[in-house]
Amino acid sequence: MMVLGCGAAFTGSTYRLGTLSRMGPGFVPVALGILLALLGAVIALNDWLRGSRTDAPTVWHLPDPRGSICIVAGVFLFIVLGNFGGLMPATFGLVFVSSLGDRSSTFKRSLLLASGLAVFGSLLFRYPLAQPFPLFQWGAP
Amino acid sequence: MIGTSLGNLWYGFGVALQPSNLMWSFFGVFIGNLVGVLPGMGVLTTISILLPLTYALSPIAAVLLLAGIFYGAQYGAAVCSILLNLPCHPSHVVTCIDAYPLTRQGKGGMALGITMMSSFVGASVGIIIMVLFSSVVVALALQFGPAEYFSLLLFGLLAGSTMSKGDPIKGVAMMVFGMLLGVVGTDVTSGVFRFTFGILDLSDGIELVALALGLFGIGEFLKSVNKMVSIQGNSPGMHVRAREMLPTLADIRVAAWPTVRGTLIGAIFGFLPGTGPTPASFISYAAEKKLSKYPERFGHGAIEGFASSEASTHSCVQVDFIPTLTLGIPGEAVMALLLSALLIKGIQPGPQFISAHPSIFWGLVASFWIGNVMLIILNIPLIGLWVRLLSLPYRYIYPSALFFICIGVWSTRSSLVLVAETLIFGIVGYVFAALEFEIAPLLLGFVLEPLVEENFRRAMIFSRGDLATFVERPISAAFLCMTVLLLAVQSIGLARLARKKISANASATLAE
Repeated sequence: MMVLGCGAAFTGSTYRLGTLSRMGPGFVPVALGILLALLGAVIALNDWLRGSRTDAPTVWHLPDPRGSICIVAGVFLFIVLGNFGGLMPATFGLVFVSSLGDRSSTFKRSLLLASGLAVFGSLLFRYPLAQPFPLFQWGAP
Repeated sequence: MIGTSLGNLWYGFGVALQPSNLMWSFFGVFIGNLVGVLPGMGVLTTISILLPLTYALSPIAAVLLLAGIFYGAQYGAAVCSILLNLPCHPSHVVTCIDAYPLTRQGKGGMALGITMMSSFVGASVGIIIMVLFSSVVVALALQFGPAEYFSLLLFGLLAGSTMSKGDPIKGVAMMVFGMLLGVVGTDVTSGVFRFTFGILDLSDGIELVALALGLFGIGEFLKSVNKMVSIQGNSPGMHVRAREMLPTLADIRVAAWPTVRGTLIGAIFGFLPGTGPTPASFISYAAEKKLSKYPERFGHGAIEGFASSEASTHSCVQVDFIPTLTLGIPGEAVMALLLSALLIKGIQPGPQFISAHPSIFWGLVASFWIGNVMLIILNIPLIGLWVRLLSLPYRYIYPSALFFICIGVWSTRSSLVLVAETLIFGIVGYVFAALEFEIAPLLLGFVLEPLVEENFRRAMIFSRGDLATFVERPISAAFLCMTVLLLAVQSIGLARLARKKISANASATLAE
């Protein structure tokens, strides 16, 4: 059903993680790292055994490309705009881009939702909840 | 003892009935009920979104709000699974099996009525157990040393990760991964930075809110965008009237014993740290099916089935608060968030919690009852509204929720780096979910890691590095025994499953 390569990658990276730190403070991390590596190996082995027995096609629950790209891009935009532009543009960017990810949404609807939330939401957090996030600012803080 | 408990309860009602506390409790229950109904908005997501908001509240109000969301959502999810066959919450999967057929037969109202009744009974018994037994647990907990805590934590972690749905080995792997994430930050004893990779923001550790919102917020949206089925207005569950909700005496008689049995099973699972309402509901359903004289009726609208599973869910949810508050060990991921809300307020749950903060504990207990009554009153007129809400398009829900996630995460430390952290965890969480790894154990491991490490180290110091201390102390040994037993049962089950699969495959190849 599942991963082959990922199990191995999992194993490799955890080994590195586990042995990175020193003993003393590193005792628990090392122990956990080794444990995780072993578990990763067992999982990979399990899948490999199962994979060789059945010819079940590997089912990857693929993400919806448009939706996931828009969501990731939206949050990324929030970080960038929040840093360089303030809360209101950041909110607008986030909501507008991420809502475009849904297949049934249109340009106009997203625009409406985004402007509504940008005004209402950022004012709500700025004033009644008194978050120290400037609404607008130019350039890096 | 009962007298003092009653006195304390009376005091708790006094606290819970203060107008501001009552308002927050109502708000929590209402929001919880709402998100319980909405598919694609989990309890975890909601609590983590509202968690930053609670920083501004008094500790009592914060806990009442979050707890209200937790049990309010259980009711909401029941409505959703009965009327529309959508299990919005894993503990309601079994409810769907028997309650939805009743809805299709036009008896959805009756099913709702029975569910509410058995939920209420389950919750009430759970609260009574809380009142009576929390002092017993406290007395026991005062004898706990680091060795006992470590063994109990180990048991809780393994129980929580193997008993959630999906492959137990993967669950344990996720739990260990979560513990590794918990290691990130400054080591408490030596001050050494661990796994910070030179990023200064990581020296305080990974923020729980960022982790939870990434995994359960962004990850969940990535998974379900464009994949949610919108509900059409013509399913049979859309037309339920309040009058139909009154079950007949015969129905009540059928539901009575299963409710009692479900309540007991739920209470037992509530006591076990690490196990939540989901395994409780599955086990009580299975038990009811075994006990029934007519097992063939199950799956076609047997009242016993959903009465017992709902009762167990609700009693488990209430009893879950005992280990969380008296031992400081959260029973499941939701409890972990609740615990962190208390910790942020500077309140340390543990054996001293009840005596140090009686107003919070007894106020919480009293608010459970008030909240449960509110839920019943709320649910009757609001069912129509909930059902209509289900047709709210997802394209409005998730962008708005994303906004609340971003601003919520930002406000915990006034830092956009946290938002980036959240985004990364969202993607990680999505990848794990796509590979069929269960995410809840990860959060459990993350929250419990500091406790595990601290108690392990202390136990080692007391015993001068002798591992035998875990077996020599009786309470600790008992927990370890339970852990071994649990693992044995699990691996027998796994082996049996594997054998079944192999034989099925063999027969399939033979047939070809």
